[in-house]
Amino acid sequence: MEDTIAAISTALGVGAISIVRLSGKEAIQIVNEIWKGSDLIKSPTHKIHYGKIVEKEKEIDEVLVSIMRAPNTYTGEDIVEINCHGGIATTNKILELVLEHGARLARPGEFTERRFLNGKIDLIQAQGIKDLVDATTDEKRALAMNQLNGKVSSKIENLRQEILEKILAQIEVNIDYPEYEDIEQLTNEQILPELKNIKNKMQDILKESKNGVMIQQGIKTSIIGRPNVGKSSLLNALLGEEKAIVTDIEGTTRDIVEGEIVISGVPFHIIDTAGIRKSEQLVEQIGIKKSLEMIDQSELVLFVLNNHEKLTDQDRTILKKIENKNKIIIINKTDLKTNLEIDQLPKEECVFMSTLKEQGLDDLKEKMKELFHLEKIQTEDPTYLTNANSISFLKQAIASIDQAIDGISKNMPIDMVEIDIKKAWDELGLIIGKTYQDELINQLFSQFCLGK
Amino acid sequence: MMYDCIVVGGGHAGCEASLAPARMGLNTLLITGNINNIADMPCNPSIGGSAKGIVVREIDALGGEMGKNADKTQIQMKMLNSKKGPAVQALRAQADNIVYPKEMLKTLKNQEHLTILEGMVEDLEVEEKKIKGVILDNGEKIFAKSVILTTGTYLKADILVGDTRHREGPHGEKPSQHLSDCLKKLGFQIIRLKTGTPQRIEKDSIHYEKTKREDGDMTPYAFSFDHEPNYDVHNQIPCYLTYTTETTHQIIRDNLNKSSMYGGLDDIKGIGPRYCPSIEDKIVRFADKERHQLFLEPTSLQSNEIYIQGFSTSMPHDIQEQMVHSIPGLEDAKILKYAYAIEYDAIYPTQVKQTLETKLIENLYTAGQINGTSGYEEAACQGLMAGINAALKIKGKEPFVLKRSDAYIGVLIDDLVTKGVKDPYRLLTSRSEYRLLLRHDNADLRLREYGYRVGLIGEEQYQKFVQKKQQIEQMIQRLKNHKITPATQVNEYLSQIPTAQLKDGITLYDLLKRPEIQVEHLKEFIEIKEQPEIVEQVQIQIKYEGYIQKAKREAEKMERLENKKIPENIDYQKIKNIASEARQKLEEIRPTSIGQALRISGVNPADISILMIYLKKGEKK
Repeated sequence: MEDTIAAISTALGVGAISIVRLSGKEAIQIVNEIWKGSDLIKSPTHKIHYGKIVEKEKEIDEVLVSIMRAPNTYTGEDIVEINCHGGIATTNKILELVLEHGARLARPGEFTERRFLNGKIDLIQAQGIKDLVDATTDEKRALAMNQLNGKVSSKIENLRQEILEKILAQIEVNIDYPEYEDIEQLTNEQILPELKNIKNKMQDILKESKNGVMIQQGIKTSIIGRPNVGKSSLLNALLGEEKAIVTDIEGTTRDIVEGEIVISGVPFHIIDTAGIRKSEQLVEQIGIKKSLEMIDQSELVLFVLNNHEKLTDQDRTILKKIENKNKIIIINKTDLKTNLEIDQLPKEECVFMSTLKEQGLDDLKEKMKELFHLEKIQTEDPTYLTNANSISFLKQAIASIDQAIDGISKNMPIDMVEIDIKKAWDELGLIIGKTYQDELINQLFSQFCLGK
Repeated sequence: MMYDCIVVGGGHAGCEASLAPARMGLNTLLITGNINNIADMPCNPSIGGSAKGIVVREIDALGGEMGKNADKTQIQMKMLNSKKGPAVQALRAQADNIVYPKEMLKTLKNQEHLTILEGMVEDLEVEEKKIKGVILDNGEKIFAKSVILTTGTYLKADILVGDTRHREGPHGEKPSQHLSDCLKKLGFQIIRLKTGTPQRIEKDSIHYEKTKREDGDMTPYAFSFDHEPNYDVHNQIPCYLTYTTETTHQIIRDNLNKSSMYGGLDDIKGIGPRYCPSIEDKIVRFADKERHQLFLEPTSLQSNEIYIQGFSTSMPHDIQEQMVHSIPGLEDAKILKYAYAIEYDAIYPTQVKQTLETKLIENLYTAGQINGTSGYEEAACQGLMAGINAALKIKGKEPFVLKRSDAYIGVLIDDLVTKGVKDPYRLLTSRSEYRLLLRHDNADLRLREYGYRVGLIGEEQYQKFVQKKQQIEQMIQRLKNHKITPATQVNEYLSQIPTAQLKDGITLYDLLKRPEIQVEHLKEFIEIKEQPEIVEQVQIQIKYEGYIQKAKREAEKMERLENKKIPENIDYQKIKNIASEARQKLEEIRPTSIGQALRISGVNPADISILMIYLKKGEKK
C-alpha cells in the first residue's frame, strides 16, 4: 500500500495561514495522535474541526483541521489539512510532528503525481493545476482553466499542421517520389518565405503569451523620479495604504517597496525606488544604481516629475533612457505653480496629478490600462500559452526554425535542413502533448512546489 | 526426416528466409509451388528505389542475397536523389526478370544445408501452441523445429480482371486454398489485401520517338559491399517516359463501372496500397490532374516484354486495349499480358513479434506479403530477419531485433508489429525519423557487425570491413591534425576555388565543413590515397556532422525509452486509469518497451506516463 505523505502546501512565509497537508491511508490516524479535540477517526468526510495540535500535552498551535476521505479528494486518497496560525517555526514544528508519527515528507509534486496516478487527471491537466492553484484573480483562473480545456492547443495545432502540410510533406514526397516530374520540387528559395511566415506566426503567439504571462505574474512597474517629487505618496495613493515612509526630507525612501494593484484584473507589481540624483552619499548611490537597473527590469515605468520645478539634466537623462519603454510621465503637485517645461514632454504619455489633493489617480489608472491594451487582451477566453514550460517549448521551436533558415542560407540540402523543421514540429507537439518525451513527466513533477 | 527449419514459399522473402538458417548451419527445407518461380518478379522489373534501395544495402550488410543477385542481373542502374543530400540517396536497378530468378535458384541450389522441394503446403502441424511441421496437399507431413511462412500473394489468391474473378496466383499458378483457413483456426486474424500489376507490351510495337528516353547513370554502382561494380555503363538498357492523355482519362471515366474495383465486382474486400494506386484510382482521386506519367521499363534482355510502370488497372481486356492505345508512343502497342488485380489473404501483423515469430504459435514465423507488406525488398528483408531469428532460437541464442535507428528494416518491422496495416505497407524514407542516420552509404557501418555476429558475414568479409572502418577513422584524424595557416600562397589558392580566405589557422577538417569545399580541394595540402568510398564516407561524416549529431541525439533520446522494457507478463487490467482504448491496444500489441508502446496509435502520452509510473512502482517493491 502507498505510504502517507505530508508537506507544507502553502508557500513559506507568505500569508497569515499556512497549511500542512497529509495524503494517504494513515493521514487521519496520524493527525489524531497529535490532536486535542473531537475524535477525528469518527469524523465524516469533508468536515472542518477546531482544536489544538499538541506534543505530549504541550500545546503547539490552535488550528482548523479538514478531514477529506477517499476517493473524492485531490489525490484520491484520505487527506487531512491542518490550517496553522503560527509563523514559519510553528508550521515546521507541526510538519515535524506528523513526520514523527509516521508520515513521510512528500517529494516535489508528489501530491499531484498521486492525483495523476489515481486517475484524477491526465498529464496535460497536471500542468494546468499548478496554474489554477496559483491563480489569485478570476482572469488568472480563466487562463489556468483554459489549459485544462485544451483551448490553447488549437493555435499550436494549426501551426503544426501548416508546417506538416506546406513543408514536411512536400519535402518527403520529393524524396520518396523523385521521378515524379509533375510534383513540384520544393527548393530552398521556396521554403524560405514559408519558414519565415511560420516563424512570424510563432512569434505572434509568443508575444501574446507574454501578455498572458503578464496577467499571471503581473506587470513589473517601477516608480522613478528625483527625490521628493512624490513617488512614495503616489505609491500609497495607488495601494491605498501607508506602505512607504512619506516625509518631505529628500532621500528618506531607500528600500525598494513592493505593492500590487489590480487594474482590469491584471496585477501591476509596483516598486518604489530611491530618488535618482547625482549624490555623493554612498547609500544613496546604491539606491540610484538600483533604480537604473530597475528601469531595465520594468515592463512599465512611472516617471514622476514635480510640476513646480524645472527639468534638470538628470530628468532629461532619464527621459532619454526610458524613451522606448512603456512609460507614463506623471506631473505631480499640480496644486503648485507650474514651472515645468511641459511643452518639452511627450503629451500623449503625460498624466497630471496632485497626490496631496488626491487628484488624477483615476486618470493614471486609465492610462495604465490603455498602455497595455488591457481591453484587448481577451481575459475572458484567452488562447495563448500561460505556462512557462510551454513558452520555453515555443521558444525552442522558434530557435529550431531559425536554425533551419540558417541551414538554407548556407545551402545545406533540404533533406538535412528538414531535421530542424521536424524538430520545431516536435517541439510544438510537446506543448500540446502530441509527442512524448521521457523528460516531460520528470520535469513536470519536479517543477511542482512541495505539496501542490 | 526432421528439419531445423521449413520455409513455405520461394519468393523474395522465402529465398532470404531459407538462405539465412542454412548459412548459419541449420538443416533447412524450402517448399515452393513451382521451382521455376523462385525469386519471381511478377510485378515491376526493378530492385531498389527510394528507401527500398537502402534496404537492399542493409540486407547485403547483414549477409543476405538480394543485393548480390541484383548486381548480377541488373540491366540499368540509377542513383535516385543524387542532387539531394546523402541521406536520401538510394540505388535502383532495372533487373532482368528472367535472369534474376535463375541466378537466385542457382545460389539456393548451391547452398549447403538447403533442400528445395516442389509442393503445396495446405496445413500446419501444431501441438500445444508449438509448430511441429507442415502438411502438404498430398497429405505428406514434414516435421521441423521451426516454420517460416512466406506465402506472398498465394493465400486464397484471386485474380481480378473486369467483372471476372479466378482463384489463381500470379502466372496462373495454383494458390494455397486452405492454409489461411488453417491459420484462422489457430486463432489468427486474417485480412484481405489487394494489389495490382500493369500490362506488358511488345518491345517492337512502341513508337519510341514519341517518348522521352531515360538512361542509366554514367557512374557505375553496386548494391553489394562485397564487390566493385563490374558492368559497362554504356551497355545499360534505357527506360522511356510517356504520359496518359485526356483521351485515356475519358476512356477510364466512361468505363469505370467495368473495373473490378469500381463496380465490376461488388464483392471486393481487399484494400489496395495507397502508395501504388491503380490508374483508375489516380484518375478518380486526382480528377484535376491533366496527365500521369508512365515509365516504359524493359523487363529482360531475353524477352520482348516492356512493363508500363504507373498503369496498373483491373479493367476488362477490351478497355485495356483502348487505354493503352491512347498513350503517345503506344498507339500500335501489342499487349502481351493484360493488367490484373490480385486479392489475397494476409495475417494482421500485430500478431507477430519483433522477431517475426507469431505470438500465437511458438516457432512459427511469417515474413513478406503475408505480413501485409508490398514490394520485393520489404519481403526480402523480413525473410532475412525471420530466418536469422528462427535459427538463433534453435541455437538457443538471443533474438536479433533491429532498432528504428539501426536500419530501415527496423523501421519496417516495428511499424508492422506496432501499428498494424490497413493497406499493403510500402517502405518510404518518410517512415523513418532517423533517416540522416540510415543512409545508403553507411549501411555496412551500421550493420556488418551484426551480420558477423549472427554468422552470416564471413571472417574475410568482416576483416575487410574492419579495415574500411579504420581507414575512415584514420583519414578523419589526419584531417583533424593537419592545420593550415593564412599564408599568402594558401589564401591565393583558396580564393580561386573560390572560398573565403583565412584570417587564422584552420584544420583541414574544419575547412572541409565549408559547403563549397570538397576533399578534392584538400589535395593541395595533404596526400589522399584512400579509396573513393572512404573519401565519400569521410566527406559525408564531416560535412554534415552537425546534422548527424542532432539526429543521433534524437535517436539516443528514443533509445532510452526503448531500453525501458515492459515485462512480458504485464497485466494491463491491473493498471488503473489507462484509457480503455489504450488498454485494449496495449493488450493486443503487447509492446516490449515503453518506446514501442509510445508508437501505438490510440495510446496517448498520458497513458504512457501512467504505464511508466506503474512499472516504476513495481521496481521499487
